[in-house]
Amino acid sequence: MSDSHCGPVATLPAPTEGIKRHVVAIIGPPNSGKSTLFNRLTGLRQKVANFPGVTVEHHMGRVRVDGSREVFVVDLPGVYSLSPRTEDEQVTHDVLLGEMKDMPRPDAVLLILDVTNLARHLVLAAPVLSLGLPTLVILNMADDLAKRGGEVDAAELGMQLGAPVALVSASKGEGLDKVFRFLGGATHTEPRVAPRVELPVLQDIPKCRAWAAKIGLKGGYHAPAPPHWTRRLDRIFLHPVIGPLVFAVFVIAVFQTVFSAGKPLTDLVQPAIDRSGAWIGQFIGNATLRSLVVNGVWSGVGNVVGFLPQILILFLFIGILEDSGYLARAALIADRTMARIGLQGKSFIPLLSAYACAVPAIMATRTIENKRDRIATILIAPFMTCSARLPVYTLVISAFIPDKPLLGFFLHTRAAAMLGLYVLGFLAAIVTARLLKSTVLRSKRSSFVMEMPPYRWPTWQSLVLRLYDRARVFLKRAGTIILGVALVFWVLAQLPHVGGEPPKIAESFAGHIGHTVEPALRPLGFNWKIGIGLITSLAARETIVSTLGTIYGIEGGDENSHGLQEAVHNDLTPGGAAALLVFFAFAMQCMSTLAIVRRETGGWTWPVAQFAYMTGMAYMCAFLANRAVTAWLGS
Amino acid sequence: MLLTQRSEIKELWLVSWFKVQMSSKKVHREHHARHELHMNRSARNLTELKRGESGIIERLDLPVEDATRLMEMGFVPGHTVTPANAAPGGDPRVFRVDGSEIALRRETARRLLLRVEPTPAEG
Repeated sequence: MSDSHCGPVATLPAPTEGIKRHVVAIIGPPNSGKSTLFNRLTGLRQKVANFPGVTVEHHMGRVRVDGSREVFVVDLPGVYSLSPRTEDEQVTHDVLLGEMKDMPRPDAVLLILDVTNLARHLVLAAPVLSLGLPTLVILNMADDLAKRGGEVDAAELGMQLGAPVALVSASKGEGLDKVFRFLGGATHTEPRVAPRVELPVLQDIPKCRAWAAKIGLKGGYHAPAPPHWTRRLDRIFLHPVIGPLVFAVFVIAVFQTVFSAGKPLTDLVQPAIDRSGAWIGQFIGNATLRSLVVNGVWSGVGNVVGFLPQILILFLFIGILEDSGYLARAALIADRTMARIGLQGKSFIPLLSAYACAVPAIMATRTIENKRDRIATILIAPFMTCSARLPVYTLVISAFIPDKPLLGFFLHTRAAAMLGLYVLGFLAAIVTARLLKSTVLRSKRSSFVMEMPPYRWPTWQSLVLRLYDRARVFLKRAGTIILGVALVFWVLAQLPHVGGEPPKIAESFAGHIGHTVEPALRPLGFNWKIGIGLITSLAARETIVSTLGTIYGIEGGDENSHGLQEAVHNDLTPGGAAALLVFFAFAMQCMSTLAIVRRETGGWTWPVAQFAYMTGMAYMCAFLANRAVTAWLGS
Repeated sequence: MLLTQRSEIKELWLVSWFKVQMSSKKVHREHHARHELHMNRSARNLTELKRGESGIIERLDLPVEDATRLMEMGFVPGHTVTPANAAPGGDPRVFRVDGSEIALRRETARRLLLRVEPTPAEG
């Protein structure tokens, strides 16, 4: 059981205690229901991991068979063939041939195929069966096949393929007993030699396809009627006029829900954290220790947890859109617009999620096959106004801009300023994308090839697992970073002690650092206090709010408190305030994002370039904003 | 005098424009209503197929890698393709092939060539 506590990048744990752990690989084409089956088999006993050296993510899970014994199951990327051309295919190929580092060759294979499209999906059976590993061919979506009037003789098909065949419905959990029985057998039988079946020449796709058709025919396969509901829905969602309207409504609904439903939840969490912090503080006698726990640890973690509801709501939305099959249509509709800035429809999905957080957005770029398009999308994603910028914007805007109606009812000055900052980030993304795609990342117009899966009801299980997974990753990554920075800042603000007492903030180590960077920030209209805030915000943007709160000696550091607003108002000129907003709109101040960019681009080149570009741009534009606003107000 | 003439011309133009719009809509709707496959033997590539028409793939005029990927997704020579819905503006368009629906940009669809001459019944 100790195997569940592996590091985040761990692959298969080495066989311990002399017991060989059996590994079974799940493989199948995209949209065959691979993940659904994997979730059914493993439930919460799974984790996300990365193969060393490549950016392809895979899921590892444990399945309990016969009560006590366990089998490891690896969910490999969805592929149409085993010829290693894309990174996904390379990984699948290497794992199945036992060439992947730190990963033993699987003892058996679960080949999952969509039975409603069996003739085409059977093509993958040829290369998989030729591996000679014990293989269970799983025909998924049996319920769909029956509903749409198709049929297949699983036993006969098994004879034809020389491998056992199970007809299942992973989303409903039907027919899985045969899969469990196969897994049970995989733990004690030795790998057997595959029976001799005549397989086609694997490189010749038309031959492979003809072979698949022949096997399907002999296996009594009758293709089902076309999915009528999908066609009916597509008549609406891909209608020349209604389609884009529905699309716009979806995008607005996502935003509206994140802000209208996420904000109250966040507001609910925040006071709870403050109160629990004060409550814990009661039990700590030592003043220094209390300050460390309450101000350092508790408010640091609270800052992160407070953003969790908003982010989970966004992920719930994106999960529903993705699992239902709508996201593929959204990418199709967005393709032409994205092509204008040199990208493609598949870039749209990550950019939409970047409005919540760039980290999952960058992970979502994996669906883009064109490497240059993918890197361009990764590089512009952090320009999208992520939720971590909100507390900073709110603080500065409400400190400097009086709330007056601008367009009657509709728009007030503060909301307009906020909207302006969203537009600013978006424009920066577009300009950067065009710049990148016409210089270093120039590529011939990439092709956009995308399968439109039939519409399906998302299953609760996969939605819940998705949110659980995201919450865990978010809390772990961001929590460790913000916690670390809060602690380091707390220590730097408490030292050196003068006569046994903590120093004034200006004389502390943190104060010294602030004074050191002040000359560089003077042209932007920032003083040393803002300088310290900026340095801490390099770890995570919202940290500046809690740092400034501590600096101004305001307990709690509540971003909406009037005390903090007044302090900021007294400390910044209007020009400096404008500069600060512009700086936050452009600058790359997020260690988690840099870390994920490094992981996804496979090196330090891109994150370093991105950091330099974004921060340089932020500095210059903040300087211009400061000058412009100062001149405008001065005249 | 001149003014009325001008407005009349404008009106006439509007009416004719409207008629053109309506007739193209009607054609579109007629195609839509016809559900059975209608083979178009003169279309040379996928972009020349109209809604409701089908063609048989002859070959893929693309680099090997792109062609292989498309073949894996169902665009195998000999298979029947039918155009379906598209993004606004008609590009990219969804094509029905081998039991799946695959979206392609116009520039890719143009490179998928169709069988032109009428062929004997398929074996």
